[in-house]
Amino acid sequence: MALLELKDVHTYYGAVHALRGVSLKVEEGEIVTLIGSNGAGKTTTLRTISGLQRARSGSITLNGKSIETAPAHEIVRLGIGHSPEGRRVFTRMSVRENLEMGAFLRKPGPEVQADFKKIFDLFPRLKEREFQAAGTMSGGEQQMLAIGRALMGQPKVLLLDEPSMGLAPILVEQIFDIIKEINTRGTAVLLVEQNAMMALGIANRGYILQIGEVTLEDDCKKLASNPKVKEAYLGV
Amino acid sequence: MATATGTVRTERVRGQFFLPAVITGFLALMLGLLGFEQFLNAMTLGAIYALIALGYTMVYGIIELINFAHGDVFMVATFVSIAVSTTLLGQTGAVLDIPTLIISLIVLFTVTIVVMALVGALIERLAYRPLRNAPKLAPLITAIGVSFILQNIIQFFVGPYITNVPQLFSTQWAFTIGESRVPLLNLFVIGSALFLMVVLQLFISRTKTGRAMRTTAMDRDASSLMGVDINRTIMITFLIGSGLAGAAGVIHGLYYGNTTFTLGFQSGLKAFTAAVLGGIGNTAGAALGGFLIAFVEVGAAAFGFGRWGGAIVFSLLVVFLIFRPTGLLGSSTGDRA
Ligand SMILES: Nc1ncnc2c1ncn2[C@@H]1O[C@H](COP(=O)(O)OP(=O)(O)O)[C@@H](O)[C@H]1O
Ligand SMILES: [Mg+2]
Repeated sequence: MALLELKDVHTYYGAVHALRGVSLKVEEGEIVTLIGSNGAGKTTTLRTISGLQRARSGSITLNGKSIETAPAHEIVRLGIGHSPEGRRVFTRMSVRENLEMGAFLRKPGPEVQADFKKIFDLFPRLKEREFQAAGTMSGGEQQMLAIGRALMGQPKVLLLDEPSMGLAPILVEQIFDIIKEINTRGTAVLLVEQNAMMALGIANRGYILQIGEVTLEDDCKKLASNPKVKEAYLGV
Repeated sequence: MATATGTVRTERVRGQFFLPAVITGFLALMLGLLGFEQFLNAMTLGAIYALIALGYTMVYGIIELINFAHGDVFMVATFVSIAVSTTLLGQTGAVLDIPTLIISLIVLFTVTIVVMALVGALIERLAYRPLRNAPKLAPLITAIGVSFILQNIIQFFVGPYITNVPQLFSTQWAFTIGESRVPLLNLFVIGSALFLMVVLQLFISRTKTGRAMRTTAMDRDASSLMGVDINRTIMITFLIGSGLAGAAGVIHGLYYGNTTFTLGFQSGLKAFTAAVLGGIGNTAGAALGGFLIAFVEVGAAAFGFGRWGGAIVFSLLVVFLIFRPTGLLGSSTGDRA
């Protein structure tokens, strides 16, 4: 049984049919990437998993338990962490308060304190900025905060929506190293990216999304050498 | 780096002392200008406006709705407080026995606040929640509708008259400071309003629910991804805002001694102005705005422009917003995407 599984998910925005039967899986310990051009439905897929958007039909299961009708705050509790597109940190709160919000559903105590330490190990920059308002940080730092905040909820699956967006190449490398590190520590990752090259570099498997439909799925190595993928997403 | 930290520190220091200094200066000026009696009058009126303004600003902050019915929730509270007082004490006037007075006040405030909090939450549940994802005009029109419904309910059951509110405080009770007489009632009104405002600020800044209210106002989706139950949080906002309007209703009754079904319109509009003046969505701003408007109104009356009070208040608002559209302390919804 897959950790997270979507079967034939359809999502609409009013009359706009954004997801037209998306099926995908994330297994325990995997990094899976979802690649597609602008408007393909990547963000909608993640928002549907998190319950921010409702699937009109299809099923979403986490550890075999169906979650497609659960409210968003319950889905967090069940083990899905989501670092949304555009970071969406709480700009007028400090880095510390943002991370505390990430642990909103957890009982304060030594375990949460230990996780603060883990996040600060992972992102030393956040430690330096601990009491600074999140809105005053650079894009890269805000991205780190958004990921750290999602991790504070101890997710089984971490959804990352374009973590490289708007970042300088060197920062992108850093963020991707950290994603790998998070995965090695035991969290499965579903990574949405337009930067296909980088994403295929760290993921185990990948899905290509086009106009709301998965048109290709394979091992990342095979995807990276697939001529169609190369032409459309790798700029070769 | 050193200069950057330096600037941050100066700004923080400035932030900490600047506002209290301005407020103290303003109060001293008003005291000199208006004389003690009018000053006290303005503070009392300001306390009422501030309590109502908090409800407008909290609801606007979290769902961007100008809750036109909020002034009427305050109006209904004045009638609920009459019902509680008369049930509790019969149609008597001042309660001269201090322990009875204290217990009566506690019961009066608690019952009215709880009833109005529930009324507010019920309005949210029935009238606004179904329209959560509708275009913004829909809940706005609904709010106007709810305002009429509340007025009509009172008009139907109580009648379109001016109704007297039982006066629990004896006018005999007063302190004297120098040559000035300070009625206990005024002290009580100002004190209880300030107390509620401090409790509210602590609740918003220190509790988990308060924090959820702030993050939901900043970014609803992101807040939801933290595990915040948005519907619950919005309902709590209505509970608290309406509860404060309940307290304002009790205070208004105790102080002015009468009420009528149209009370909510005028007071509501002024409290709403206070909320905008302070920076809509900003609770500290709403409280400040409430007092400021009361001073303008009382000041206008003191200098013989009593009939122009409303016009002066709203002209001030318009002019002020031209120069500072986000209000005194800045609107807190500014960073909404
Ligand atoms: N709030 C919305 N209202 C209407 N249509 C939307 C909305 N958000 C996204 N869409 C549409 O849904 C499709 C998928 O969008 P999205 O999931 O954001 O794509 P991606 O993340 O892959 O760029 C696009 O056609 C987009 O225009
Ligand atoms: Mg997207």
